[in-house]
Amino acid sequence: MDKSQGRVSRDGAAAELPPVATHSGHRGLVMDEKLIFEQGVEGRCGVDLPEPPKVARRLGGLERKAPVGLPGLSEPQVIRHYTRLSQKNFAIDAGLYPLGSCTMKHNPRLNEKAARMAGFADLHPLQPISTVQGALELMDQLSNWLTTLTGMPAVALSPGAGAHGEFCGMVAIRAAIEARGEAATRRRVLVPESAHGTNPATAAAIGFEVDAIPADARGRVDVAALKAKLGPDVAAIMLTNPNTCGLFEPDIVEIARLVREAGGYFYCDGANFNAIAGRVRPADLGVDAMHINLHKTFSTPHGGGGPGSGPVVFSARLAPHLPVPYVVRDAGGFRLVEHQSGAPSSLGRLKGFHGQMGMFVRALTYMLSHGADGVRQASNDAVLNANYVMARLQDVMTAAFEGPCMHECLFDDRFLKDTGVTTLDFAKAMIDEGYHPMTMYFPLVVHGAMLIEPTESETKESLDLFVDTLRSLAARAKAGEAEHFRAAPRLTPRRRLDETRAARAPVLRWKPKAAPVPRAAE
Amino acid sequence: MPELRYTREHEWVRVEDGVGTCGITDYAQSQLGDVVFVELPPAGKKVVRGGEAAVVESVKAASEVYAPVSGEVFESNAGLPDNPAQVNQSPMGDGWFMRIRLSNPAELGELMDEAAYKAYLATLS
Amino acid sequence: MRYLPHTDAARREMLAAIGAPSVDALFRDVPASARLDGPIAGLPTTKGELEVERHMAALAARSRPAGTMASFIGAGAYRHHVPSCVDHLVQRGEFLTSYTPYQPEVSQGTLQYLFEFQTQVAMVTGMDVANASMYDGATATVEAVMMANRVTKRGKAVLSGGLHPHYRAVVETHARFGDFRAVCAPPLPGGGEDLAALVDAETSCVVVQNPSVFGQVVDLSPLARACQAKGALLVVVVTEIVSLGLLTPPGAMGADIVAAEGQSIGNALNFGGPHVGLFATREKYVRQMPGRLTGETVDADGRRGWVLTLSTREQHIRREKATSNICTNSGLCALAFTIHLSLLGEDGYRRLAELNHANAVTLAGKLEGVRGVRLMNETFFNEFTLKLPVPAAGVVDELAAQGILAGVPGGRLWPEGPELADLLVVAATETNTEAEMDLFASKLEEML
Repeated sequence: MDKSQGRVSRDGAAAELPPVATHSGHRGLVMDEKLIFEQGVEGRCGVDLPEPPKVARRLGGLERKAPVGLPGLSEPQVIRHYTRLSQKNFAIDAGLYPLGSCTMKHNPRLNEKAARMAGFADLHPLQPISTVQGALELMDQLSNWLTTLTGMPAVALSPGAGAHGEFCGMVAIRAAIEARGEAATRRRVLVPESAHGTNPATAAAIGFEVDAIPADARGRVDVAALKAKLGPDVAAIMLTNPNTCGLFEPDIVEIARLVREAGGYFYCDGANFNAIAGRVRPADLGVDAMHINLHKTFSTPHGGGGPGSGPVVFSARLAPHLPVPYVVRDAGGFRLVEHQSGAPSSLGRLKGFHGQMGMFVRALTYMLSHGADGVRQASNDAVLNANYVMARLQDVMTAAFEGPCMHECLFDDRFLKDTGVTTLDFAKAMIDEGYHPMTMYFPLVVHGAMLIEPTESETKESLDLFVDTLRSLAARAKAGEAEHFRAAPRLTPRRRLDETRAARAPVLRWKPKAAPVPRAAE
Repeated sequence: MPELRYTREHEWVRVEDGVGTCGITDYAQSQLGDVVFVELPPAGKKVVRGGEAAVVESVKAASEVYAPVSGEVFESNAGLPDNPAQVNQSPMGDGWFMRIRLSNPAELGELMDEAAYKAYLATLS
Repeated sequence: MRYLPHTDAARREMLAAIGAPSVDALFRDVPASARLDGPIAGLPTTKGELEVERHMAALAARSRPAGTMASFIGAGAYRHHVPSCVDHLVQRGEFLTSYTPYQPEVSQGTLQYLFEFQTQVAMVTGMDVANASMYDGATATVEAVMMANRVTKRGKAVLSGGLHPHYRAVVETHARFGDFRAVCAPPLPGGGEDLAALVDAETSCVVVQNPSVFGQVVDLSPLARACQAKGALLVVVVTEIVSLGLLTPPGAMGADIVAAEGQSIGNALNFGGPHVGLFATREKYVRQMPGRLTGETVDADGRRGWVLTLSTREQHIRREKATSNICTNSGLCALAFTIHLSLLGEDGYRRLAELNHANAVTLAGKLEGVRGVRLMNETFFNEFTLKLPVPAAGVVDELAAQGILAGVPGGRLWPEGPELADLLVVAATETNTEAEMDLFASKLEEML
């Protein structure tokens, strides 16, 4: 057995060496970094601000009596602190992030340059309209791209992210139903069991009853079951297409027709638009409203969890209910309709200002860079890559459904049966191999789900290494090396973290030593 | 001799002198994983069989606990919120959730006994 | 195409491995009626960086950045100086291109800064706990109302007339389509609002902004007591987070929930987005909080680390029973906030607030002196309201043509209130110079 360097030996077992002990707590290039509150020194400051002029204060005596408690740090300390933190993150820039339904594609840097142009970044949302014509024109150009790509006549730009967009679309549907005088009778929304949790959460938040539609053996909506659930009390269906199993719903046009004939509306969750952008227009599928995740399909950066942007395209019958504000182009140029008083049928305002302008700039930059041909090619490559991964893995891992898939492929945990290795363990072992795990345990309709979305940004070489790595892990699991998986990850700055402890006695902030440790909520 | 019965939603009820002690089964706690939080009904709350009575949360899931029988909540397990791990460690014993004064003992006839519940579990795996 | 790495040869190899004759064959489930044969008409084709950059620069050039003018606009978004470090750090690829920290072992960077952010927000607001951010102050406000409804099991929210009208509108949208009512007090620029009188046994919360949209600062302690007496929660909204460097925080005044806009720290104006919503509350309400939460724990070796926690409240698990449907937070904007506030620290935060107030006091003094102009505020932080002898919108447009962004006219915020059309909401920050203030005052004098 090769005992040096911890390399995998001929018989497949890793040679274990105890971790090197260091005095500093740092480990080579990975630094152990305390909280800022543990490093602050009174009187230290990282900015130089002038002495404020002496004035007669007009605060009504409401000055702060107690200090805030913030730590004092210098600029070099702050740069070092956040640089060290950044080194503990996995990122698209560093490696393949095969998260299904997240579309972790490359985030182009030209987008960042464009977003920082002063003519976009340094505009106040309430400046006189004559001074922001370029910004309104950008919103208009983005709207044109979104409506043309989807074939829909109208788009709401203001929702802050996908879930917010779902809210917008479903509220528009409710507004339309109210306008027809059917608010009291149409209260049921059909949602597949495989849907992302935001779908039923959104419907329930708006006062709809959620009715789950089962999937058939092929992972698609069971159309017969759907038909049985249709009736005059159905407000809408919420579908993701391609669905959360990575499959295109072949009966979608028929489903849309059935729902429309029953008097309901069709909301489409556009999280998976990356599979079909430039190849299929949602309008041709009978969609009434669809949100688009600019931070998925259109490459705006995920930023560790946000900000996103979730514009919603609307059909003609929902367009009267567009939220405010929206951009209008007329002979004089561009203007904003900002208040309900200017748009009586509008569903109202959803956000503080006009929407995520910073993400609009980035998305339009992406669209202009790709062009209509590039957008189509990106969808082709995304679907090609997912099918390639599926084809090269399906003999050692168990695909949940027969292919072809769209931009993501779904496996379940049948191939791990009797190995003592769970989907979670498998994912943690991937981390040591330098990969962020795929989406796990979603969709819920498949046991131990593993949803892999490589995106169009990956080369064939990158996919081959990824596939070969998963093959090797599957082989190790089947060879009885469960302990290797259960102990994973071992090579990361932290090993598996105790989530039970975090939830039983939540510690949600740092407190100075003198204060008592907060207990779990009373 | 206390009667022990089970529901299809994996609640159990042990009835003695018209009062049913309720909780979730060992199968339920193993499916949930480490329980981190419970929300119990106040004394005096009226419950109906199959209606929501309590909430149990683990790290990865949150579940309603349904009343296995109709009646009035007599008391809840006061020690459970501070030590939710008991649901995992002793689901049929110290991890009990609430005691209900039965309003309709005939309902027990519609619940599963030990043997039937075991057979039911076999169909699930 | 520079972002698409495959060559045609690679594509052919991959198709062979899949066993498909073409990529089109992979799309066989698409109904024939919906298939597009080629790139969509009416949109341009691929462009190189240089061409795209020119296009974007030309668009950018058609607006006048606030920095090219003397800018005195606030009303929910404030122009502050952000130190250079901040933008460099947020553009590190490990922050910019990482995902939500669902795999904590490879996300300790994100999780640690979110824990720091949560602590900073709790500190500045004077509350017990804060979440990992929301889209913006307005959506944080409506989430606060919905949380108050859940906690109190009541369905009537009372909104102050001093609440930013956009925030009020967002709450009204949710009320209209949700299961609660919003009662809105009228805007009273001269003060004198009595919200306590509107609180009854059906009230879930009172929502009040401090400083108000008019800039007025008040002590909310009496209102907090009135709410408590009736079992309602006090939701305090803060749109200018720099104000808390100098003012008594909402937590010390008795707030139950604080919903705030954090854009002033770390983030540019961005024409209204992305901004960053702050949300803080009392320990006892933790499990009713919407949004993501980061918590401290230990790993398998006993070393301190952080994870997302209490996620069973969230939509991806609770589904219909979730506390909110929110999924995304404002990650990178929260990071920018955290970095900027780290640089400011206790002393810098206070000094920044003092500079803002001092500039506002100086400006108010100069503008008050203009004939026909009346200052409506008794108190203010860095924003105040003037009553002009003419509708303010015309004045604002005229001054803009002369390089001054004079503030927000009442007609823009309250179009349905003609009696408010002669109001002008004016802000001053540390970025304003005395020369700019003198220019504003003299041009206003000329105009009136």
